[in-house]
Amino acid sequence: MAADARGKTTAAAGDVEHVETGDQRGELRLRGTLELAAAGPLWAELRRLERRAPKGWTLDFEMSAVERIDGGVMALLACLRAELHRRGVKSEFLKAGERVQQIIHLYGGDNAVVRLRRPRALGLLDQLGRATLGVVLEVQLVLAFLGQLVVSGLGLLRNPRAANWRELPPSMERCGADAVPIIVLINFLVGLAMAFQAAVQLKRFGANLLVADLIGISVCRELGPLMTAIVVCGRSGAAFAAELGFMKVNEEVDALRTMGLGPMRYLVLPRVLALILVLPLLTVLADLAGMLGGLLVGLTALGLTARGYWNETVRVVTLWDLSSGVLKSALFGLAIALIACQQGLATTGGAEGVGRRTTSAVVVTLFTLILVDAVLVVFLRVVGL
Amino acid sequence: MSALIEVAGLTIGWGKTVLQKDAAFTVERGAIFGLLGGSGCGKSTLLRYLIGLEEPLQGTITIDGAPALQPVSARPRFGVTFQSGALLGSLTVGENVALPLQTWTALPPDAIGGIVTAKLRLVGLSKAENQMPSELSGGMRKRAALARAMALEPALLFLDEPSAGLDPISAAGLDELILLLRKELGLTFVVVTHDLESIFKICTDCIFLDKESRSIIARGDPRALRDQSPDPRVHAFFARTVPVPEVRS
Repeated sequence: MAADARGKTTAAAGDVEHVETGDQRGELRLRGTLELAAAGPLWAELRRLERRAPKGWTLDFEMSAVERIDGGVMALLACLRAELHRRGVKSEFLKAGERVQQIIHLYGGDNAVVRLRRPRALGLLDQLGRATLGVVLEVQLVLAFLGQLVVSGLGLLRNPRAANWRELPPSMERCGADAVPIIVLINFLVGLAMAFQAAVQLKRFGANLLVADLIGISVCRELGPLMTAIVVCGRSGAAFAAELGFMKVNEEVDALRTMGLGPMRYLVLPRVLALILVLPLLTVLADLAGMLGGLLVGLTALGLTARGYWNETVRVVTLWDLSSGVLKSALFGLAIALIACQQGLATTGGAEGVGRRTTSAVVVTLFTLILVDAVLVVFLRVVGL
Repeated sequence: MSALIEVAGLTIGWGKTVLQKDAAFTVERGAIFGLLGGSGCGKSTLLRYLIGLEEPLQGTITIDGAPALQPVSARPRFGVTFQSGALLGSLTVGENVALPLQTWTALPPDAIGGIVTAKLRLVGLSKAENQMPSELSGGMRKRAALARAMALEPALLFLDEPSAGLDPISAAGLDELILLLRKELGLTFVVVTHDLESIFKICTDCIFLDKESRSIIARGDPRALRDQSPDPRVHAFFARTVPVPEVRS
């Protein structure tokens, strides 16, 4: 037994000895004060000694000489006993004093050891299968959510007062007006960067004016709607998911249901409508900002005039280029709000669950946006638009 | 007079997990009915079924003769307060209380305002009408939730852990309020609680749920159960005791 600086005896390797008490039977005799602070050597010694008992033997812990034991050491002993049982060695705590016995009881040292089946590690195919099923299930849930939204929306035609219209203007302000600076800035910079990249090549061929064509068409058809949707997804989609997720774990959604206010009409519809309405408007601003970025490069690096750039843009960008992007952005708005709200309302498990669902909402929405965009591009090309 | 709530052959749980099976009990009008039992026995889950948030695996629950499970957008027949209060964080306390009135009545705003003020005064929150829920203490949030639950004058209120997390004075105040509402307005309460003091003070009837057997193991007046129940699990709960370990030799 070791003595610390205060003269107090603490657990050490010498506090345990192994004694054979009969045929296939032994005891680990512990003594003194056993404390976690000095349990390292004791644990090493116990592990060395317990290996002497093969399957079918009995190896008990004889505790009569233990003066005091703390919870940490008791937890170690209970763990060792459970491990002995699992490998077929019977083991019990014997002859403990009353106080020590209470600690044994507290740590379940006198309970029957339950054999826990260790979960089998999943193979690669297994994991792949489960992940695929998980994705299919998520898609199914989002589509079911869309179905519920449509049914709720149709129900509003009969009873328009049932919707939470008061929530619509503040939602539009938060998702739309508040997002204008960041949308304009990002799209301006994207237009600027693209124009700079193009300018170098176009200059070599003397086709400086074509920068207006490139920026005008690509911004209106693709970059404007997509960049706007990505920013709105990060801003408003994440906010929707977190807000509804918190309401779900805080039982606010249940409270609404008990008041006869369905979350679909009260919470989801205003948010979906807000995004469907503001995203096209933001996209028009984004298109203008992107073209301004191109114009700045045209003026400074390519020697174009503002009128020349403008005339070329108006000549080449058709109304369909502009309106297809705007229509696409409405679809993006629906996708962002739908997925964010579905993920938010599917939240379980407190703060960690809110974080998980918010992350999931952003990732799933971004993937969906790119997928929808790609499908639309191909579709519109195939039908010749 | 028939019972207000009738539960028959009720099995609750999710997936393959069954929390309570074949439960049957009734709640009489004007009772303060306790759902008691240890942690994890399914009290709060049972409450979710009683208020129609979940569909039973088996069995029926009727409230005043109609199934508990109603369409989402039906007018509520009872009030509910949740453990956290569950006030809508984006609305003021007054707006929270006004919400069911705006949704389910055709009253003009000034009339709704009057009712809100009266309800908040009733629960002792007359000065909190314009405060946000985040500005209230736990006890005030629960009182505000009670005011909201009573907004549509229901005859039945469900309370989930009303005194959990409250200091003894706030908890006693809430108990007094429940007794007052029962006495003056004749309301029926179904209360989920662990609080022994509160149980003995307010509950006129109770059921005791057991986790191991997944069933109701006792029913009756909690004071009588405390004094006379032969079941050691019920006795241990009311006496706040745990079995003493035996010494091995």
